[in-house]
Amino acid sequence: MTTIKDLANKGNLFTQGHRACAGCGGTVILRLLMAAAGKDTVVVGATGCMEVVSTIYPYTAWNVPFLHNAFENSAATASGVESAYRALLKRKKTDKKINFIAFGGDGGTYDIGIQSLSGAMERGHNLLYVCYDNGAYMNTGIQRSSATPMGSSTTTSPAGSVVKGKMQNRKDLTEIMVAHNLKYAAQASLSNWSDFVSKVEKALAVDGPTFINVLSPCPLGWGYDTSLSIELSRLAVETHFWPVYEYEDGKYKINIKPKQVKPLEDFLFKQARFKHLKNEPELVEEIKKSVEEKWNCLLQKESSCK
Amino acid sequence: MKRDGKKIIFEKAGDLPPMAMSLGTTEYNETGSWRNERPVVDSSKCTGCGICWKFCPDISIKEDANGKASIDYFFCKGCGICAVECPVKAIEMKEEEK
Repeated sequence: MTTIKDLANKGNLFTQGHRACAGCGGTVILRLLMAAAGKDTVVVGATGCMEVVSTIYPYTAWNVPFLHNAFENSAATASGVESAYRALLKRKKTDKKINFIAFGGDGGTYDIGIQSLSGAMERGHNLLYVCYDNGAYMNTGIQRSSATPMGSSTTTSPAGSVVKGKMQNRKDLTEIMVAHNLKYAAQASLSNWSDFVSKVEKALAVDGPTFINVLSPCPLGWGYDTSLSIELSRLAVETHFWPVYEYEDGKYKINIKPKQVKPLEDFLFKQARFKHLKNEPELVEEIKKSVEEKWNCLLQKESSCK
Repeated sequence: MKRDGKKIIFEKAGDLPPMAMSLGTTEYNETGSWRNERPVVDSSKCTGCGICWKFCPDISIKEDANGKASIDYFFCKGCGICAVECPVKAIEMKEEEK
């Protein structure tokens, strides 16, 4: 198992001085991701918060080759880079083992990039796609995306007297990826960092496309104090809002089953985007119901796919 | 490229911004000026577990000579994650003074 010391000894492949907001969860994800992947890695980033804050011209926060491309095609670009690498291998121009990582936010993955992501996964390129899911288009000013949870207030689904925030349930991208018959797909949370790091290591060891979805708390978009980023990702796991599980070779495994399940309100009412729900007990019940349904469904899948 | 306190020293033409050929160049951006509150480590309580280092978004936690946490105020944006996550509560947030 990887320890903190092992990670610290690998150096900073994603360095200081990036312009992310104070308390940003996404940068912690990238740090841990790079610490797990090591320096022989090519990173492709879709447009989004993490690309904008890490590569403001003429500076870069990356100590590895980094390629930025448009919102919709990070998976397509990464698969091109990977194909070029395989061509070099074939012609014996290199024999180095190189990891390929593409990442995008929930806007660039759930909505705009899903077509190229689906294509890359279907073609079977040897790459890892990491989605940092902060539940809206935070970079452009908190517009709703298909990852935005039900009841959440964003600038394009504002909570008012008639409509109480976003009225639709979020899309389950990890399940969509599982439907691509991947060898490895997982959902992780920052609060359980060693689980996330071991998932990245596992995914990179697989020969073929892999996918990891990580919850990325956003102080600005979610509306909470900057110091609570990790605390909120912990609450999301403990309330079953964000199940931490993996799908490996046709089998589901829930990695973290909270011993004591906390009420969903603990998670919701720490954030300003849900504060209007305090007067909407029916909507909270509906959200609770869908969260529990998802969890029970996952439990069933875990026991039936053994 | 070198850093001397707050000053950046460019050593060769490739380091200058229009070329941008070097990797990891944001290391020369001072983000510490964004801070409202500064974390202060009580080294008598710190056990050197490294949890603050791991969760710091700005990689501004360093290990001092005794293996305890110390903070790089050049980058620290003062989010306070370290103070919340510290298991022994050795980090305290204090208001920034001019």
